[in-house]
Amino acid sequence: MHDAPTNLAVRLCDVGRDDVLLVGGKGASLGELVRLGLPVPAGFAVTTAAFRAARSALDPDGRTAGLLATLDPHDHQAVDAAMAPLRAALATCDLPPALEAAVRAHYRALPPSPAGGPLPVAVRSSATGEDGLDASFAGLQDTFLWVRHEDRLLDRLRACWASLYSVESVCYRLQRGIPEDDAAMAVVVQQMVDARSSGVLFTRSPSTGDRSVVAVEAAWGLGSAVVGGEVTPDAYTLSKVTGDVLRRHVSCKTRRHVPDPDGDGVRDEEVPAELQSAPALDDGELARLLELGRAVEAHYGVAQDVEWAVAAGAPQGEGLFLLQSRPETAWSKRQPPPVAAPKARAFDHVIEALGRP
Amino acid sequence: MHEGDRRPFPLPSEIADVPGAERWSTMYAPFTRFQPEDDAKFWFCNATHFPEPLPAFDGISAEVAYTAIGANTARLFVFPATLGIEHRIVNGRVYLAANPVTDPDEIVRRLEVFQRRAGYYYEHWDRLYGEWKQRMQRAIDELEAIEVPELGEMDDEDVVTSGRGYASNHLVRERFHRCIDLYSIVWNHHIEFVMLAFGAYVVFSEFLTTAFPEIPEQAIARMVAGIDVVMYRPDEELKRLAALAVELGLDDLVTDDVEPAAVFAAIAGRGEAGQRWLAEWQTSSVPWFHVSTGDGLYHHHRSWRDDPRVPLAGMARYVERLRAGDDLRRPTDRLRAERDEVAAQYRALLSSEDERAAFDQMLGLCRTTFPYIEEHKFYCEHWFTTQFFAKLRDFGGLLARFGVLEDPEDVFQLQHYEIDQQLANVMLAWAAGSPPVGTDAVKATVAERKAMLEVLATWSAPPALGPVPEALNDPAVKLLWGITSQTVRRWAEAASDDDRVHGYAASPGVVEGVARVLASVNEIDRIETGEILVCPVTSPSWGPVFGKIKAAVSDSGGMMSHAAIVAREYGMPAVVGTGDATRRIRTGDRIRVDGDEGVVVLLS
Repeated sequence: MHDAPTNLAVRLCDVGRDDVLLVGGKGASLGELVRLGLPVPAGFAVTTAAFRAARSALDPDGRTAGLLATLDPHDHQAVDAAMAPLRAALATCDLPPALEAAVRAHYRALPPSPAGGPLPVAVRSSATGEDGLDASFAGLQDTFLWVRHEDRLLDRLRACWASLYSVESVCYRLQRGIPEDDAAMAVVVQQMVDARSSGVLFTRSPSTGDRSVVAVEAAWGLGSAVVGGEVTPDAYTLSKVTGDVLRRHVSCKTRRHVPDPDGDGVRDEEVPAELQSAPALDDGELARLLELGRAVEAHYGVAQDVEWAVAAGAPQGEGLFLLQSRPETAWSKRQPPPVAAPKARAFDHVIEALGRP
Repeated sequence: MHEGDRRPFPLPSEIADVPGAERWSTMYAPFTRFQPEDDAKFWFCNATHFPEPLPAFDGISAEVAYTAIGANTARLFVFPATLGIEHRIVNGRVYLAANPVTDPDEIVRRLEVFQRRAGYYYEHWDRLYGEWKQRMQRAIDELEAIEVPELGEMDDEDVVTSGRGYASNHLVRERFHRCIDLYSIVWNHHIEFVMLAFGAYVVFSEFLTTAFPEIPEQAIARMVAGIDVVMYRPDEELKRLAALAVELGLDDLVTDDVEPAAVFAAIAGRGEAGQRWLAEWQTSSVPWFHVSTGDGLYHHHRSWRDDPRVPLAGMARYVERLRAGDDLRRPTDRLRAERDEVAAQYRALLSSEDERAAFDQMLGLCRTTFPYIEEHKFYCEHWFTTQFFAKLRDFGGLLARFGVLEDPEDVFQLQHYEIDQQLANVMLAWAAGSPPVGTDAVKATVAERKAMLEVLATWSAPPALGPVPEALNDPAVKLLWGITSQTVRRWAEAASDDDRVHGYAASPGVVEGVARVLASVNEIDRIETGEILVCPVTSPSWGPVFGKIKAAVSDSGGMMSHAAIVAREYGMPAVVGTGDATRRIRTGDRIRVDGDEGVVVLLS
């Protein structure tokens, strides 16, 4: 039913967590966050239906999938060679006129650019099966930031499609036995946040698994610098219970990613000296992040990793946006033994503990 | 570093006498002296309870405390893993070493006894604690009733007619001994519940730290803390009297700018309103103004009743705040709701019903036992102890009247064993009809010791002595001083760090500001709004200051110390238990207090 041609593109506010097959993991998660009333940049998703239609046109017999079944997932060269034709075809194909019209219409329906001119957007891959509890596809597919023109947007859309057949993505699916028929790529297009600071928050401690804290990593500029490891972010630990900042490590942040003033994309630049050792978040922003992290976790019922950004120049308390939320995968798989069990008498806890050498 | 090797702490035998105080050891009993074989043990400085050099008499606070603690843990309750605590004094500072039980079979044998005995106390806690309060009250009543004999020209007639049959000089020693004995009894009662109550707290704390590795100790303390505990009462009474002064139009007279006697005289001169206020002052002062201006272990920690300057200064601050429209009431309902909310949230975060059931048991036990931790200090260190030192001043008065001392206060420059001798000297002199013998030597000793104490106060005592132990897990050391292997490592690291002062992260937050270093509560009127308080230790007497400062730093104290509790309640950063903040920070220094990490950074 998702193959219906009317479903080529949908607004994020019209989808939710059950729509992974239609808009991919990222798109479904963002739609869910919008439904919760959380701050998410406005946007839409080009659906997997649109992707499947385009792929079918280029590979009508499903030859690629058949080919993949014969490949050794550890032979990267062979995989690369086998995927190259489909990748190239997806990256350069003519979009079906109905899809191109739908994308242009959705783009034009986004809020106007605050700075005037064409609205800059982020074009983000959103594969099915991505960001699930069992498998993290983190960073395997492409994302394009500060895309400023409609035609470029269409190019980037095709590039996202093609990235489903990158060596890394294909090998990841092969190694995990993810059926090729299930692999499809939706693409999320969102209003670009002009990020003063960005980072990640974890609703349980990534280092200890502690569920009573939220850990926040933050750096200047776009989150791509943090994800790419080019900068050591500030690290904060906040108590979910008391709201106190329990630990605060402000690092020296020398690089940041900012929009390229010459046009599309981002560039890497040196952080002005006076900002390098300044905290990338103030206490009000930390408190707001804690609140948002708790809301997301409470909604999903499991710990979440959340990407966020603070818009430059936004009024106090209004600049925070959530860019993605996915279930935490490392700690939630473990089943640690219970820390304590009730005893016959309450004081038996003490007597036993004091009796240990 | 010492001796070129990697030892972070000196050996006891390497500690040199402070120049100008070479004869410090004459102030203390011989059994407190370091011995050559003590070099093999690890010793830590008890700066928590004895942050200043001990005057000769005040050595009794260590003597009776360590008689009681070890006896209670090792002999009475038979804690499985501890044989007791040793103490030594060097350059006026008290060092402690633990004697742990290491043989596993021995621990098992002791555990069986301990289970029975500790179990009995836990099971009958409410009744035993109720009786404890009565025992403490009786000890206090008995102490307060002790009169130092006058030793006038002749005894009263009724000594003869009642058939008592002995003269009053006999009572001098008997009553002096009774004071000492009562101090010993009170210290035994002090420790009676303390290990068991701390044990319940530490076990709860360890459970939570395993379940939530990053939980702040402050959050655990908040779940357990009492709300209506007596520790807050003295300060609450000051607020009440300040408000009454404003209501009665007497607030212009509440000041610490003139002598207390003049203040009371002026208030008495205001007719009915003045009389009413003075009556309320009397009502508050028994027992609440028996609170010590320190933590009660030194003779110069006077009570508010002894020295009304401190409560008057506090009240003057409160009057100012009332005039500025501040609401001084403690929001007890809100505090209780917050406490319960913190507990409920951590409970909900646990991962199983079993854990939640264990949580309920442990928190319940803590809430039963913890009031003792918070309340015993008022009975022991404040009420009894200030009265005890006051009684000793009366014996000092007797010695001064007989010319043994220049000043009653000089009695504190003598060991209690030496006082025993000098009281015998007076008893003999009264019986002999001649002056006491050798008084010049006593006066010379007093003068020498006063001078030595001043010199010793400048000594920066190492936090620890001797080899760093592989493991440090004596339950008493951990429960009473919060010292673990981790603490020792922190000290060793801090030994080489000259612009940072390390302590416990007692209350969260980070602020920068100007330091105000106060040696005692008598100086609290010097503090300016917005400064950071740096002090040896705080007690309820310091309450008024917390409305003005933006952070607190103290030399001694742990998570449950007064400064820590009050700072958390005011929501200001605090670092406590630094050991030497008052020595290393000067008034006017810009400092950053990091209550998240437990560090004070000296900025300029």
